[in-house]
Parts: sequence; C-alpha cells; structure tokens
Amino acid sequence: MTNLTGSTSGAVPEAAAARAAWNAGSARDAGGAADRGADRAVSITPGRAPSVRYVLRLADTCLIHAQRLGEWCGHGPILEEDIAFTNLSLDLLGQARALLTHAGQLDGQGHDEDQLAFLREERDYLNLTLVEQPMRRSSAHAPGGDFADAVLRNLLLAKWLEQHWQALGRSCDAELAAIAGKALKEARYHVEHAAQWVVRLGDGTAESAARMRAALARIWPYTNEMFIDDEVDAHAEADSLGPRRSSLRPAWRAAIGAVLDEATLGLPPDSAFVSTGSRGVHSEHMGFILAEMQHLQRAYPGGTW
Amino acid sequence: MSSPRGALALEGDDGLGCMTALARQGLPAAEPSGPTAAAPELQGAGLEGLAGRLAAAWAVLDGVPDPEVPALSVRDLGIVREVVVGEARTEVVLTPTYSGCPATEVIADSVRDALAQAGFGPVQVTLRRAPAWTTEWISAEGRRKLHAYGIAPPGPVAPEADGATVAPIRIRPRGVECPRCDSPQTERLSAFGSTACKALYRCLACREPFEYFKPI
Repeated sequence: MTNLTGSTSGAVPEAAAARAAWNAGSARDAGGAADRGADRAVSITPGRAPSVRYVLRLADTCLIHAQRLGEWCGHGPILEEDIAFTNLSLDLLGQARALLTHAGQLDGQGHDEDQLAFLREERDYLNLTLVEQPMRRSSAHAPGGDFADAVLRNLLLAKWLEQHWQALGRSCDAELAAIAGKALKEARYHVEHAAQWVVRLGDGTAESAARMRAALARIWPYTNEMFIDDEVDAHAEADSLGPRRSSLRPAWRAAIGAVLDEATLGLPPDSAFVSTGSRGVHSEHMGFILAEMQHLQRAYPGGTW
Repeated sequence: MSSPRGALALEGDDGLGCMTALARQGLPAAEPSGPTAAAPELQGAGLEGLAGRLAAAWAVLDGVPDPEVPALSVRDLGIVREVVVGEARTEVVLTPTYSGCPATEVIADSVRDALAQAGFGPVQVTLRRAPAWTTEWISAEGRRKLHAYGIAPPGPVAPEADGATVAPIRIRPRGVECPRCDSPQTERLSAFGSTACKALYRCLACREPFEYFKPI
C-alpha cells in the first residue's frame, strides 16, 4: 500500500508506543478479563449480511475520518481552523454513532455503538482507505501530513458523503433515511468550508499552490475506491437501502472538478490503483489508529465516564 | 458515548402503553414552535385537569435553557416537538439539533429534572430524528432573544437542490447583519465557532466580532 506521507522511518518512536499500548491491552484481555466484564473485553465480530456491511462502511468512514480530524485539535495552523476541524470531527462522530447503533440493530447480535466502535478487529472495520491516511501536522516527533492534504481530503469526502446522505434520504430503511436527513444539512457546511480552503490554497501563493498540487497527486489514487461497486452495493440497490457507489461518480467529478478548476489545479489524471479498506483490507496505518482508539476499552473493559 | 443516566429512547419504544387518559400536544413540522402549536388532543377521563397540566408542562419547558446558548429555552429552539401528559407520567419528544451535539444528553437530563421537580414525574424523554431539526423551528421570540444576546439569528435555509442538477459548491459566504449595530458590512472569520451551530463573523462598521447562528 502506498504511504501517503512518504518516508516511514521517522515514525518509529510513535509506532513503537502504539504497538506497546496495543500489546498491553491484549495481554490484559487474555489474563484478567474473566473478573472484569469479559463480555466487553473480547473482540466482537459483526455479521456479514450485505445490509450490515453497507451501513458499517459508511459508519466506519465517518468514525475514522472523525478520529483523523480530531488529531488536529491543538495543531491547526490558525485557531479558527483548529476549531473548524474539531467541529467537523464532532459532526462526523455523531453521524458515526447513529450509524453504528443502527448497524448493531440490523445485525441483531445486540452490539451497541461503543462495542462496534472499540471492540472489532482491524479486518472488521470497513472504512475507505483514504480516511486512515495520517495527515496530522508534522512535528519533530511525529511526522505526518500537510494541511493541504487534510483540507483536500475533507473536500473529496464531504462531497461523497453529502451525495450518500442525499440518496439515503429516500432509503426504504426509515432510520437510515432519518440519520441521512440530519447529516445532509451538516455535510453541506463541510463541503462549503473545505472548498473554500482548496480554492484559497490552490489559487494562493506559489508555495500553497505547489503544496496543493502535491497533495492532489498523493490523494487522488485513493478516490477510486469511493466508486467501485461490489456485492454489497448490488444488494443495497436491489433492496432500496441506498445507492451503489458507482452511481455517485459523475456528479462527484463535476462538482469536484469545478472547485479544482477554480483553485487552478484541475482534475488530475486517473490512476489504476484501487484501495480495499471497505473490504476490510487496510493500509499499514489502520492498526495504529485502532491501538489509540481502542486502548482504554481493551485495558479497562466496559469502562465508562 | 451513551448517556450516563440512560432512558434516552428512540421513537418506537412504547413507554406509555398502559396509560388510560392522555393529553398530547405536538408541533407540525412546517411551523415554528410557540403559540401556533396544534390544539391539544385529549383522550379519556378527567380531561380538564390534564389539559391544564399539559399547558403547565409546556410552561416548565419555557424555563429550561439550552446549555450552550443559555439565552434560549429548549422551547424557543424548537427542539421540543411533542408533550404527552398522562395521570401518572409524562413523555417529551425532542429532536436533536446536530448529529454530534454534546448537549443533547444534557438537555434530556435538564428536561427530565425540571418536569420531575414540577411534579410531572416520572418523565420519559424520547428522541425523534425525522423530520430533521431546522433553524426554521426557532421561534420569533427565540430570534429576538438571540439578537439581544449578541448572536445574529439564522437567515433562511437554502432550498433543496432537486437532485437532477449538480449545484455548484458555494465558495463565497452569505451576508449577515451585525447584531450590535445592524450594519450589513460584515465578514466571516470562520464557518465554525464555539459550538457546532454557530459561525464566527466580524463587523466592519463597529469592528466587533460576533457569532452567527447558521441556517441549517
């Protein structure tokens, strides 16, 4: 899998810490789970029904995107943007909560939003590979991405999600339609905000334009996955649950192309690379996100606050 | 993630099935909250008392502030969609403002506490997602309070695209009047402010920064 940020060599201290945290959690699961809520310590496995996987793909894309945006808290280039990223993250987390709850109900195993968010194994997360790419601000201790990458990803995903919410408003699943009705209103602000930044940076200084062009080249290959259908999409369309992903591509390209033109960047050439996160096969970054997200639930099963 | 005090049921759970007499007053989705609400619907015996209790329950909700915009009551905000008062218990239907609004659970607790203290307990709070909350539901009184509090009230919500056409992505911000000096000469500093529901603006006439309640 391509590494979006280039070299991984500098990431070793952080990676080692994340791995240690993961191992600590796993060791406790194995050793002391019996007397501390074993039912919540052990990994859960959602069912493979297409409707469950369809909802989990959206839920996990919102969840992991929210986690990545939240990493910018305290690291935004300006205070307003720090606040904006955390606001975007909060909306996405709220959408993820509603979708995870609903996925748990569709699945019928009695799993709630917390169990689905924190107790699955990596291969049972079905988010797009694009959202797991690290794009937090770089520092001496934690090499990451560029703000240009982060705002561009926000735009590409926000438009894709907005199209999903619009189509899901007509879903035969009333709860999914209700979640989408609310999320659509939020996504419009996300799209608008991200588009303004892409134009400001793309049509900005020589430095900002060069960084936006580099970001576009890095990110664009990951967008193929957003529009590749499989059996989950076929079922969703046949059951009037939601749109198949390929049906969203023309309108997405038209809207994104208009913004990229305004930003003097233009649509980049297509790539043959297709990432596979929504089938559960993730990039090397996914395990580190999960180590950070799951550590508390793994170490203190069933803990609440 | 879940409410520490529980009992935040989604609609569909029937917690009121055993009641014999009911007074119910809901709000039509297209109307703002306030005095234009539908006439109360009464079922069963002892109705005069229940109708009075229903009006009293709405009055209690007038005194429950939104935790993040305390100038407004939850009723001004238009998130209370229906109140059902029975002989022994009360149900309040709330529609959350934003998917991720952290105040939702605090509001549910405040509503439950305020009604219980006023003698309406036990109180069940139910969440209704659809139709989605819109700033069109903020009452005229709510808008006046926002303005007086220094927050520019929300403008009209943009109409839905018909789905057939590809609406261009809006790149320029909307014009908003300063709540202090009413000048239209303002600029947006950020589309996101101290809470999910507000944007940050600055007045170019009086030079004061202010918040704008985003139409949604």
